[in-house]
This record gives sequence, structure tokens and C-alpha cells, in this order.
Amino acid sequence: MIANYGYKDGSGEYYISIDTDKCINCEAGRACLTGCPKGMFETMTDDYDDEVVQIKQNFRRSLAYDCAGCKPAGGYTSLPCTTACTPGAVKHSW
Amino acid sequence: MSQTSTAPTAEAKPEFWRWQENCWADETKDWKSAKAITVGIDVGSVSSQCVVVADGELYAYNSMRTGNNSPDSAKNAFKGVTEKTGLTLNDVHMVVGTGYGRVNVPFSHKAITEIACHARGANYMGGNGVRTILDMGGQDCKAIHCDEKGKVTNFLMNDKCAAGTGRGMEVISDLMQIPIAELGPRSFEVDQEPDAVSSVCVVFAKSEALALLKAGYTKNKVIAAYCQAMAERVVSLLERIGVEEGFFITGGIAKNPGVVKRIEKLLGIKAMDTKIDSQIAGALGAALFANTLVQKQGPQAPIAC
Repeated sequence: MIANYGYKDGSGEYYISIDTDKCINCEAGRACLTGCPKGMFETMTDDYDDEVVQIKQNFRRSLAYDCAGCKPAGGYTSLPCTTACTPGAVKHSW
Repeated sequence: MSQTSTAPTAEAKPEFWRWQENCWADETKDWKSAKAITVGIDVGSVSSQCVVVADGELYAYNSMRTGNNSPDSAKNAFKGVTEKTGLTLNDVHMVVGTGYGRVNVPFSHKAITEIACHARGANYMGGNGVRTILDMGGQDCKAIHCDEKGKVTNFLMNDKCAAGTGRGMEVISDLMQIPIAELGPRSFEVDQEPDAVSSVCVVFAKSEALALLKAGYTKNKVIAAYCQAMAERVVSLLERIGVEEGFFITGGIAKNPGVVKRIEKLLGIKAMDTKIDSQIAGALGAALFANTLVQKQGPQAPIAC
């Protein structure tokens, strides 16, 4: 399942997509949990009883601001979360 | 000492936004002969539903406005079904809660997200050809892809903005002083289809609608402009995950042809028809999940509330 967390507003689209099929048996040892400097990821049991990763509720409506520090303007050349997720389950829309 | 105020008060305003609450039971069936009776309770931000499924088939439902607290809304939704059918919690083998108030349903055995429940409900209502679901809820909007079994494969939700939600339509209904059920048909009674209102925000769309009325637009034309804006808004959400054949709309806005027809036109796809109330999709899905769980785990003892 592709889970898209985020929103669209007047300034653009801000979604983080998580491919939970790649998440169930994570080959990276859930590196996203510690890879994100803001600790935005957490594990949960989904509706089909699989343990996967999701974006914490309190970050879902402010991604444009919360992720800004990890974008090129913040000094990063690659996103820490997508880099940590070696199976390639995490993607940003912007 | 009591004092009677003689100060003038505002006249009570008719509530144009108030949609029809609905309670239904299948008179051709008798729940007493069913082996598994399961209940789904969907406590949404605007409406609450209770659906009863007997042996995997829809038996009864009650759809009403959500009150000021989730547990009471859940209880009232179930009470409506009880009064209609005579069914009590002691007769129910499992209850699943869904919707934003799902964790506050006092008599539920399990909570499942409305995303999974809407997909499951749409699969029942529209058949196993349903692939893309648009749920236009009271205060959020969801685009969902599912497989032939109704399992979610992709979803997207927008609960940050009220544009493209039922609440937005209620605001316009009140502003125009036209009953909400008439908005859709009246949006087609225009000489020429107007451009959509440019504001996506409900608050600013309301201001823009007032400005259009002052500029000489008829009420029908303003409604058409708002329906078009709502359609464009949700279509942009749908396009993010892609639209596949087997398109189904759930939620209260599915009853508004002014929005549905415009969405169909923008997408170039016709939404699938159903005879079942589109508003109960979430609760129906929850009841079907409960039915599956009863097959796997057996009946559960009722939870007192």
C-alpha cells in the first residue's frame, strides 16, 4: 500500500509517500525512525495487521515547514529520511 | 427575583444546511435467523452512522448528525437501529468503530481507519470492479485505490483544508438560503456554465460568492461556480494518485449531482451507481470487517456502555 501523508494548500503539494509493502519486512532496520532529525516517523500496526511506518499525526499538516531544514536550502544534499530508507519506501513530493 | 428581558432578539433562522437523517431496515429479512450479526459505527466529524450486517449482507442502518461528543453520537446512532429493528447489543456478535471518533465508540471491540472501511464498503456497494474511491466527507476528503477485494493499495487524504468537503457545501447552502438537497439540481439551471470561484478556502469562497451576487450573478450561477470549484479541488487530489476505471464516490457529497457530474466531466469517467446510501460506506465497511473477524475469531461478548 502507498500511504500519502501531507496536504495541498495554496503554496503547493507537500506529501511524504510510504510504500508499506517495502516497510513490512524492512531491510534497513527501520533506519527512518532515527534518520529523521525531527523524529517524524513512528511504527504502527495498520488495518491489515502489518507493522509499518507512518508519519506522526502532529507533523502531517505542517510538512512544508518541518521538512524545510532537510532540503537543499538547509545544507543537505539528500534527504536524511530517503537516504536512511535503503529499500526506497519513502519519497517526498516536493 | 426573576426578570423578564424585553430586549429584541434575532428571529430564528431556518437551517438550510440541515441534510436529511435516515434510518432504514430491510423488511424482507429477519435478523433473528442470522448466524452472525455485526455492527459498524462510523463517527465522523459531521455525521455518524450505524450499519448492521447480518451474515455478511446489509440489514439496517441509521445515519444522523454527529453530536457534541463521540460516545453519545455512537450510542444514538445505534439507538436508532434498535428502535427500528428491536436489535440490542446483546444480539450483536462484534462491533467495529471507524471515523475520526472511532476510538471513542464505547461498545466497539476494534477500531479500524475510515480509509480501509470506505474501501471495503465501496467494494460491497459497487462490486469488485471498484478501483478508485473518492470519499468526500464532512471535513476531509480522501482519494483511495483498492484491489478487487476492497483492500487499500494507495491513499491520500486532505484534512487540512475544508475546500472540497461537505462542510463547505453546508456553508454555501446557508449563505444562499437554499436547502442543501436542492443545490445540485439548481447548479444546472444556468444559461452558461460560469468559471469556478477562484478561492479554494471555504471562508474566502464565501466572501467571493457574496461578491458575485453583488455583481449580478443569480444564486444558481453562484452555486454552479462553487460546485465547479469543489469538483476541480477534489479532482486535483485524485490526480495525484491517478484515477482508474471503476470510479466510486462515497460520502454525503455523492448525493449532490452538481458536484458529481462536474467531477465526471473533468475526469472523463462516469462514477459507478449504487442503490445504497453513499453516506454509510464507512460504517458498512466496518461492519463487514467485523463479520470477517467473527468468522476468524468467533463471536465477541458485548461491551457494556
